[in-house]
Amino acid sequence: MATMTTTTNLPATQHDEEVLIEQLGYDDHFHEHHHGDKYKSNFITTYIFSQDHKMIAKQFLITGMFWAIMGSLMSLVFRLQLGFPQESLTWLKPFLGKWIVVQNGVGSLSPEFYYALVTIHGTVLVFFVLTAGLSGTFSNLLIPLQVGARDMASPFLNMLSYWFFFLAGVVMFLSLFLSTGPFSGGWTAYPPLSILPQASTGSGAGMTLWAISLVLFVVSVLLGGINYITTVLNLRTKGMTMWRLPLTIWAFFITAIIGLLSFPVLVSAFLLVIFDRTFGTSFFLSEIFIGGQALEHVGGSPVLYQHLFWFLGHPEVYIIILPAMGLVSEVLSVHSRKPIFGYKAMVFSMLAIAFLSFIVWAHHMFMSGVNPFISNFFVIFTLIIAVPSAVKVFNWISTLYRGNIRFNAASLFAIGFVSLFISGGLTGIFLGNSAIDIQLHDTYFVVAHFHIVMGVAAFFGMFAGIYHWFPKMYGRFMNETMGKIHFWGTLIGAYAIFWPMHYTGMAGVPRRYYAFDTFETFRHFTELNQFITVAAIVTFTFQLVFVINFFYSIWNGKKLTVKNPWGASTLEWTTPIHTGHGNWEGKIPAVQRWPYDYGKNGREFIPQYEPLGQGERDGGH
Amino acid sequence: MTILLGLLIVILLAVVVVQVGKVSEIAAKIRGEEEVQDSINKRQGFLSLVFMIVFLLAVSISGVHYKDWYLGFGPHEAASEHGSAIDRMFNVTLLATGFVFVITHILLFYFAYKYSGSRKRKASYVPHDDKLEIVWTIVPAVVMAFLVISGLDTWNEVMADVKAGDDYMEIEAVGEQFGWTIRYPGADNALGERSYKMISGDNPIGQNWKDEKNLDDFHATEIVLPVGKRIRVRITSKDVLHNFYLPHFRVKMDAVPGMPTYFVFTPKKTTEEYRNELSNYKTYQQPADPNDPQGEQLWQRFDYELACAELCGKGHFSMKRIVKIVSEDEYKAWVEKQNSFYFSQVRGTANDPFADKWFPQEISERKANFSANLEAARAAAGVDAKTLRFEYVNFVTGSDKLTPVSQYELGFLVDALNQYPNMTIELAGHTDNTGDAAANQTLSEARAKSVYNFLVEKGIAPSRLRAVGYGQTRPIADNDTEDGRAKNRRTEFRILTQ
Repeated sequence: MATMTTTTNLPATQHDEEVLIEQLGYDDHFHEHHHGDKYKSNFITTYIFSQDHKMIAKQFLITGMFWAIMGSLMSLVFRLQLGFPQESLTWLKPFLGKWIVVQNGVGSLSPEFYYALVTIHGTVLVFFVLTAGLSGTFSNLLIPLQVGARDMASPFLNMLSYWFFFLAGVVMFLSLFLSTGPFSGGWTAYPPLSILPQASTGSGAGMTLWAISLVLFVVSVLLGGINYITTVLNLRTKGMTMWRLPLTIWAFFITAIIGLLSFPVLVSAFLLVIFDRTFGTSFFLSEIFIGGQALEHVGGSPVLYQHLFWFLGHPEVYIIILPAMGLVSEVLSVHSRKPIFGYKAMVFSMLAIAFLSFIVWAHHMFMSGVNPFISNFFVIFTLIIAVPSAVKVFNWISTLYRGNIRFNAASLFAIGFVSLFISGGLTGIFLGNSAIDIQLHDTYFVVAHFHIVMGVAAFFGMFAGIYHWFPKMYGRFMNETMGKIHFWGTLIGAYAIFWPMHYTGMAGVPRRYYAFDTFETFRHFTELNQFITVAAIVTFTFQLVFVINFFYSIWNGKKLTVKNPWGASTLEWTTPIHTGHGNWEGKIPAVQRWPYDYGKNGREFIPQYEPLGQGERDGGH
Repeated sequence: MTILLGLLIVILLAVVVVQVGKVSEIAAKIRGEEEVQDSINKRQGFLSLVFMIVFLLAVSISGVHYKDWYLGFGPHEAASEHGSAIDRMFNVTLLATGFVFVITHILLFYFAYKYSGSRKRKASYVPHDDKLEIVWTIVPAVVMAFLVISGLDTWNEVMADVKAGDDYMEIEAVGEQFGWTIRYPGADNALGERSYKMISGDNPIGQNWKDEKNLDDFHATEIVLPVGKRIRVRITSKDVLHNFYLPHFRVKMDAVPGMPTYFVFTPKKTTEEYRNELSNYKTYQQPADPNDPQGEQLWQRFDYELACAELCGKGHFSMKRIVKIVSEDEYKAWVEKQNSFYFSQVRGTANDPFADKWFPQEISERKANFSANLEAARAAAGVDAKTLRFEYVNFVTGSDKLTPVSQYELGFLVDALNQYPNMTIELAGHTDNTGDAAANQTLSEARAKSVYNFLVEKGIAPSRLRAVGYGQTRPIADNDTEDGRAKNRRTEFRILTQ
């Protein structure tokens, strides 16, 4: 240890690492208790009912990818209908059957199924891809590895978390094949539309399966969330104080807390919906005349549902974006070879965003009939969120400043994330201002806003994470050239899809319209709609490059030859290239410093397990 | 076959992409990883700069190209008074955010370019800067405070409901799958009560006809409003959520079953004025019908529209109504032509709660009719010409009891008898030929007598009246049809002396 001072310019070598971990690490007698394979794994327990957080992470990721492809294909189908309503979609009949209606030889999507596709696209991407696929993957992969734990606090609950997610997916998938069609009342499932089968065929069995699927999903989120929180709080290795946690872990930790507090409210809303549907209660129904008869329900309020829904729904967008922010912070710092700028400000801004996310939900409801006076508070809190968000953006930009940026797919996607987060975040300032929202609410401006800021941006964070940690997951690199093609195609493509929607939105074109030609006011954008559709198809093909790269690289990617290919200081890179269940073969490294000592004292990086030098202050001072 | 071919192409493309990827890896092996990474950094840094320029250019050019659709610009100006305030707010925000957008994007991609990595350089260790961080926390906070204050100022003004004593007009929009019913308050300027339980085929929005405020309410197929008048729209729904959305007026509000909402706005441009403004813009100078290039142009066909902006089912995209803003005079002329729903569809049907009551207008119309017929009879000669049939005098089925509504026409007769003090009349009851002839005779006599009693009670001297019953002996129509029998059951009076 005496030989290791911070004044030396030599990077830590493999040998030093082993010595340091052996000398200072924490001995949990892991291998004494479990001679050989602790987990007695066979094929089923390794690949299917695995309790290893790394395998569960891969399961979440690949399931998320499946749903991302499904959801994107759905969007392509309804974009074809929107962009080219005159063109025949008869060629889709083998797949979609009766949902393609042929009139005068021109096949078009039936309006019912159009709305079903829009609904399932939204549900699947928000919940299955950007919640489970993103936070499920990376919380699982990184929390134990980066805090220095052998696994999650409860590997069994962790496994259950994945399988509940899987079940939720199965139920959702089955609902696609119902003769009455999947649920078609929008991903927000506002009653009375979602409650009354008389109002929409999709609100029959489709809604039943949709609700069951999401309740299963929430169970998955909660099981995962409890685990993430417990692991971060209790299983940090020796020396890993909260202020030494990487920003990824802070992000996953805060995300899990938000999820734990908000998802149960969603379940309560769904339960009440199920009561109204099945047991004749009137939580959300009142004075309805439909299908030629007056219903008995009196005294309920559809607006109450919206309160419950958005009490989850708004935190949900931060559940999606915070993990992406964490991943991007880490990736930007590692590849700029610089500490993340303003570490504590980053943590406090995330905490501020998380807190504010619980008191802004009604900004989705300015035009829903709530008392306009109430909206005043929600406007104030909503626009305040711009402040911590701005701090984060400035910090990311400053992280690049005077860095030595290593460009690869991971860092490019991280930079792309910042651009998208700015573009999409700024339009939020229009929508959060209730006066402007009067005109923009439920128009394409909103579609542009949320797709850029929490859709595409979160995907960019996810891609940055996948390219960066793929070597940790599979012991191989993803192909860089394909990665860069994927990046530029996706960045340009995503802007080409969503930027024009700002214009149609300003012109007042409402979202969720099956056709635009009924109204003189909305029919001026035929060419723009065609452009958007073509851009969507092109962007989708660029995602196939990613999928090919991903699966090709699992088996044929360039092999990892060193443990720490990026020269990162966090603990996951001290584990063996092919990390077994239990993560470290010997002792768990003890943490001596914060995770962002890049370029300090002339050294490329100083790993977290390396003790502070004489007089050296910790934490980026 | 096509699917197979498509699959083949996809597989081929995948192989190409993978090969391209492999080549670069082999090149890296040959040239040395670090050197290759340096040239990659250089290239990607440069690409960042190129992207920044192209992106900002594309944003600017498309922004200029679509400028006509910005709120408050050109043809997309608000047509309501509060709408201009919203447009102003939008543009202030656009300026502030546009500035931030450009600056941050220049910094982000320029830094990416400028600090692209090289073996020869090292990154600076700059973990934080408290002063800088305080500045960029406070500046956004101040800007946000400004936007919040001006935004809320606008919001509270726009959303303020009408107060007692304000000069405004209230209309109602009722959404349903998939259309709107538009109700006007009529002359009393008050909308009548409604209940969803009363909705039926004859009563599309469940108006309670017992509430007299409903009687003059009319339904309109188009929303016609006078320019410059404050309008309060009462927004309701029959079934699921809808949204009352008038894009040109910056009006949007959910229609919620069981909870009426409202929106108050003042149209400031008539349809005609708006059309004239549109005529200045290229987008609207195209022929409305592409097959008829010489025909009317788009701006001439322009109309304001009402749309739905809350997903309500498969027909959501088709809930349209035309909105017309007209001058005060044109509005009055239009209202004149509208028929009250009650008087045109409900009056006199089984659903009419006022079957026993005549409204003042009906009284004056019918009295005028009665007097005209009486004058004609007085002027004419002959028994038939001097015989007048009561149109609104009825008896409870099978009895000689007068229905309450009979009082009105008999009242006219009382007035006439008072006007002509020398006039004497014969009151005659008739029946059809169903049932027993003797019973019919008795009934007709009793009915004539009832009318006689009524008149006497009203102060007519018995000497001026004679009551007779003719039973079924004097049919005026064919007793074999129901129509004919209805005509034969009648009460008449004949002028004996004038």
